[in-house]
Amino acid sequence: MRFYEFETKTILARRGIPVPEGSRAANAGEAASAARELGGALVVKAQLLVGSKAGASRSDESQAVDSPEQAASATEELLKIDDGGRGPRGVLVEKVHAATAEYSLSISYDGTAKQPLLLAADIAGNIEDIAEAHPDRVVSRHFSALVPFSDYVAKEVAAGLGLNGSELNRMAGVIARLARLFLDYDLTQADIQTLARLEDGSLLAVDCFSDMEVEAKYRQKELLAEFGVGEEDTRSVRAPTAFELAGKKIDDDDPRGIIGPVVEFSGNVGLVIGAGGGSLTLTDAVRKAGGDPANYAAIGGNPSVAKAVALTKLVLGKPGVDKIAVMSNVVSNTRADLVARGVIKGVIEMGFEPADKITIFRVPGAWEADAVKILNKYGVEYCDRSVSISEAAKRAVDKING
Amino acid sequence: MGVLVHKDFDFIVQGITGREAVNFTRECLEYGSRIVGGVTPGKGGREVYGVPVYNTVREITEQRKVDGTVITVPLAFAADAAYEAIDAGIKLLVIITEGICRRDAAAFIEYAAQHDARVIGPNCLGIIIPDVCRFGSLGGPAVDCRKAFKPGVVGVMSRSGGMTTEICNALSQAGLGESTAISIGGDPVIGSTYAELMPYFEADEDTKAVVIYSEPGGSSEAELARWAKENNSRLPMVAFVAGRFMDDMHGMSFGHAGTIVEKKLDSPADKIRRMRDAGISVADEIGDIPRLVQERLDGAA
Repeated sequence: MRFYEFETKTILARRGIPVPEGSRAANAGEAASAARELGGALVVKAQLLVGSKAGASRSDESQAVDSPEQAASATEELLKIDDGGRGPRGVLVEKVHAATAEYSLSISYDGTAKQPLLLAADIAGNIEDIAEAHPDRVVSRHFSALVPFSDYVAKEVAAGLGLNGSELNRMAGVIARLARLFLDYDLTQADIQTLARLEDGSLLAVDCFSDMEVEAKYRQKELLAEFGVGEEDTRSVRAPTAFELAGKKIDDDDPRGIIGPVVEFSGNVGLVIGAGGGSLTLTDAVRKAGGDPANYAAIGGNPSVAKAVALTKLVLGKPGVDKIAVMSNVVSNTRADLVARGVIKGVIEMGFEPADKITIFRVPGAWEADAVKILNKYGVEYCDRSVSISEAAKRAVDKING
Repeated sequence: MGVLVHKDFDFIVQGITGREAVNFTRECLEYGSRIVGGVTPGKGGREVYGVPVYNTVREITEQRKVDGTVITVPLAFAADAAYEAIDAGIKLLVIITEGICRRDAAAFIEYAAQHDARVIGPNCLGIIIPDVCRFGSLGGPAVDCRKAFKPGVVGVMSRSGGMTTEICNALSQAGLGESTAISIGGDPVIGSTYAELMPYFEADEDTKAVVIYSEPGGSSEAELARWAKENNSRLPMVAFVAGRFMDDMHGMSFGHAGTIVEKKLDSPADKIRRMRDAGISVADEIGDIPRLVQERLDGAA
């Protein structure tokens, strides 16, 4: 879950990592007053969820200004940026400081070592790009999430960057603070893409971004409340569509089984498909068979009939969708008969014939014999486990594309 | 043979009185697994299908051998349950619980390593050696489980529990069967990656080939490719990478918590390239897996 740059900077500053003097402005007027108050050479940065990872200094996401008027017109322009179907969350107006050297710091989890991984480089930028272009300039160091972070780890990294004397100690201080706040706030990524050293030797976090673990929302309530991030706000890379919000509501309204995530695509093949890995595989299989999915909607965890009804209506009711495919991997705990009942009921309640609208039903596993009885009664094509996911998807796509 | 578990494998279930746990306890018992106890704090003295329930893990480990534990407790208690099992001396943990934060998982996995214990999962369904031992909730009801999993020659590792059953079902239908199938978990930080489990399959005489199911997100496919290059494995490997449609959907998450493309390593395209480069066959369609395994086995013979 992405934080805006101004939010990340709030966290950094609170934990003792200096950030440029500045303030967030919601509109051109506020930006002009902020500029007047700050004075001198300034930068106006659009506050984005999608763009910020590439490096907030990108020319299309920020503008250098040196007057309130320029700040206002820059803001007007930057606020037009499309941030995944949303506008920017205002702009950040900041003082520009002359740097004598620049660094980049990054912390994320390494699934191979199963530990947080700290990366540092003596150039600014996105650490992944730096690691590719200049691997020799990147210092990497894993650290433990089990024991409290020790300062010596930060000193090793700073020494690895070739620093010494007060430069080493100052850098180690920033690294240690970043590592501790990474753990304390359940972040999954904490990057300072531009860490500038100023004339006086101090370090300043100029460009940065961070992601918090979605699963940790329940224990970071205080911070999220401060930032105004509600329960429903997932900060996803694209603003949810009405279709997606409706899918989420179906899931929230009934605790039996899980539907989600529901994602809208532009195609015509309506999908009511099995959860987790099965739905990834099925979506690929539909595309591979020449189909264009209208949606991704994973259903699993033994959903109730009512939930399957609601999802069926949502998908079949989507403009451009004429038929649906109901498919899943071999299921363990989802009852195939309940899913069959639900999709058939959903189609009938919309005033259609199940055999016309359901191209295929492939949900092999628990209670499949009962599912077959219901499907046969309505003349819906059923596939058992001897028909592969690939083959089932082909049959569905052939029926839909005629 | 098979890996990690065996016919005399004694295990317990932490969270045994939960709804899903009651179901899979019955299923495991019907399958022939040896569940020697269950734990739910505050419910000591009860029974679940004849399995005695205790308040703590140590009450069981102090009186008898326990080879493993299946942890399926509510999210808020999951990390604590893992520490309890490790401190009680249990060496193999299957963690089914979903939604555990990376920080917590990384911490108890490190603690497990310090105590010579192995963690499978979190967010997994466990391990099965067909007709020998089912350790976890793979395959659902025993009758369905026997349909999908048949004894055979293929070692299976999968980031998706559901797809473990799907792939094993296809291998069984093709007459290949499985030596051991492991649902390794769909989270970004899991206790045992493909590459770490490969040496077990390598040492198992029943295993003649390995199939892996992978998804977007994470570096474990790159790690496996590196392992394959560095270790001249006797086992042909066939991989399937789901979620290819996510290649151009940067930052969006589907399916499991770990399924997200954020870095270059995360993309299906990158994973496929690395694995093919390391001599691992990558199936373009899920339905191709049995045929590719057969071809590789024929080629190796």
